[in-house]
Amino acid sequence: MTSKFIDISRVDMRFGDFHVLSDINLAVEQGEFITLIGHSGCGKSTLLNLIAGLNRPSNGVLVCSGREIAGPGPERAVVFQNHSLLPWLTCFENIHLAVERVFGGKETRRQLDERTWKALELVGLAAAGGKRPSEISGGMKQRVGIARALSMEPKVLLMDEPFGALDALTRAHLQDELMRIVAATGATVVMVTHDVDEAVLLSDRIVMMTNGPAATIGDIVKVRLERPRDRLALAQDPLYLDYRTSVLEFLYQRQGRPAQRFAA
Amino acid sequence: MSAMYGTMDGAGAGAPDTHGALAAAGVGRSMETKADAAPAGLAVNAAASAQPAPAVPGRPTRRTRLAAKGIHLAPEGGRLRPFVMKVLPPLLGLSLLVLAWQILAVRNAGFPTPLETWHEAVKLFSDPFYRKGPNDQGIGWNILASLRRVALGFGLAALVGIPLGFLIGRFSFVYGMFSPLISLLKPVSPLAWLPIGLLVFKAADPAAIWAIFICSIWPMIVNTAVGVQRVPQDYLNVARVLNLSEWKVATRILLPSVLPYMLTGVRLAIGTAWLVIVAAEMLTGGVGIGFWVWDEWNNLNVPHILIAIGVIGVVGLLLELALVALAKAFSYEEK
Repeated sequence: MTSKFIDISRVDMRFGDFHVLSDINLAVEQGEFITLIGHSGCGKSTLLNLIAGLNRPSNGVLVCSGREIAGPGPERAVVFQNHSLLPWLTCFENIHLAVERVFGGKETRRQLDERTWKALELVGLAAAGGKRPSEISGGMKQRVGIARALSMEPKVLLMDEPFGALDALTRAHLQDELMRIVAATGATVVMVTHDVDEAVLLSDRIVMMTNGPAATIGDIVKVRLERPRDRLALAQDPLYLDYRTSVLEFLYQRQGRPAQRFAA
Repeated sequence: MSAMYGTMDGAGAGAPDTHGALAAAGVGRSMETKADAAPAGLAVNAAASAQPAPAVPGRPTRRTRLAAKGIHLAPEGGRLRPFVMKVLPPLLGLSLLVLAWQILAVRNAGFPTPLETWHEAVKLFSDPFYRKGPNDQGIGWNILASLRRVALGFGLAALVGIPLGFLIGRFSFVYGMFSPLISLLKPVSPLAWLPIGLLVFKAADPAAIWAIFICSIWPMIVNTAVGVQRVPQDYLNVARVLNLSEWKVATRILLPSVLPYMLTGVRLAIGTAWLVIVAAEMLTGGVGIGFWVWDEWNNLNVPHILIAIGVIGVVGLLLELALVALAKAFSYEEK
C-alpha cells in the first residue's frame, strides 16, 4: 500500500483531437518528492491537473491512497502557478477559507483561527495576516498560497511551477523553506518545474517527460542525495552535478526543443 | 446568445469609470488640452527667447538662461490652468445651450426665454411641497412620487434579476432555459408592457411600477450572468480544490468577483428606469414628474415643461453619480 501511494496507470489524455498525454505510468510513494520536468507544452501541468482531479483522463486510472481520483479534494492540495489568492480577502481569510472547509465540522472557531495562524507562521507571514494580496509581494503571495495548501493537512501537495514567476533570490529562499516544511510535515509532493537545479535540489525522483503531442514519461532520475540538502554544499558535489547533467542531457539532447524539431 | 454578449460588451466598455455624458466630457477635455498644448509650445518657445521676463530683477529666469544656451523648456501651465480647463468647457457648452434657447425664444412667440423660465423656476421651487387637490401638487411631491415608483420597480427588479442572473451564469442548464426568452423580450419597449400591467393590476400606479420593473430587470440579469461567466477560472479552480460548498462559492468567490459587473447592470438599469418612468406617467396619470409635464402641456404652461426637462435631467444625473460612487466603493482593487 505505502509503496504505491499515488498510482497512475496507462493514462491517456486528449482534448478533442489533441493528444496530450499518452500511456503515463507512475507510482509515487508516501512522503516522496517528485518533480515533473519537460519542455513547455509537453503536458506536465495536464498531468498535475489529472492528479488534482481538476480534469478526468480520457483513458486509464489514477488512484490516490487506495481510491480512484474522481474529482478535486482537500486531501490533494494544489499550489497554483499564479498563487490564485482571492483578491478581496486578506491573507488570513484566504487560508481560513480552506481551514474552515476541512476542519470546520470538527473544531471550534478558536481552533480554526489557531490553525490559520499556524499556517501563516509556517511560511513566516504571521505579520501579514491582515493584508490583502494586493498589498504584499509576489514571493509573499506564493507563500500564502503554499500556506493555504498546507493548512488543509493534505496527503499530497501538488505544485504547478510554484516559483516560476519569482526572481532567483526569492525562489531560492522559498525552495529552502519548502524543503524545511516538507521535512517537518512528511508530505508527499508532486511538483511541476522548468528549472533543472530546482528539480535536482528538491526531488527524490525527477520524472522527465518527452515532447508533446502524445507526451509520455521519457526517463526517471532517482536523486540519491542526503537530506537535509544544502544548496551551497551541493554546488560542489560531483553527484549533484551528475544528476544535473543527466537531466540537461535528456532535455537538450534526447528531447530537443520542440520548435527546433519542427523546423528541421 | 449572441445578443446577450453583444449587450454586455457595450456595458463592459462603460463599466470601469464613467459613461455617457461624464465620459464624453472627459474625452472632450483631454482632446482640447492636447489640441492647444502643441501650438502653445511652439509659441512660448519663440516668446521665451524673444522677451525675457525676469522674476528677480537683474537676474534672468532659468528659462531665459537656458534659452540662451539653446535649451527650450516646455511651457509652464500655470496653477490656474487645470482649473480653467476643468470649468471653462462645460460652462461654455452650457452658455451655448442658453444662447440657442434665447434665439429660439426670440423667434417664437409662444416660447419662453431662459430668463422668464428662470423666474418661473424660482417661484416654483420656493414652494415645492404644496397640495391643492390630487391634480395640483408641488413639484417636490411630483418628483418624490416618480422616485418612489422607480425605487419600487427597480428594487423588485433587482430582487428578481440579480439572483436570476447568478443562476443563469452559474448553471448552463438555466442559461439554456432563459437565454432565448431574454433575447426575445429584452428588445421590447417597456411601454408595450404597460397595457399588460393595467390589465393585470387594474390600476395605474402598479402598472407604472411594472413597466419600471420590466425595463430595469434585463440589464441586471444580463450583466450579472455575464459577470458570473467571466469569473476567472483560477478562482473557480480554487473553489474546486478546496471543495467549497455552493453557498461559500457564491458568497466568497462569485459575489465579490461579479460585483463590478452587477453594479454596471444596476447603473444601466436605473438610467433606463428613469427614462421610462416619465413616459409611463404621461400615459397613466396621477402624481409624478411625467404626469406633471403632460398636465402643464395641457395648460400650455411651456416654462413649466422646460423646468421639468431640466429637473428630469438633473435627477437622472444625480442617480447616475450616486451609483458610480457606489460602484467605486464596492469594487476591489486588482493586483
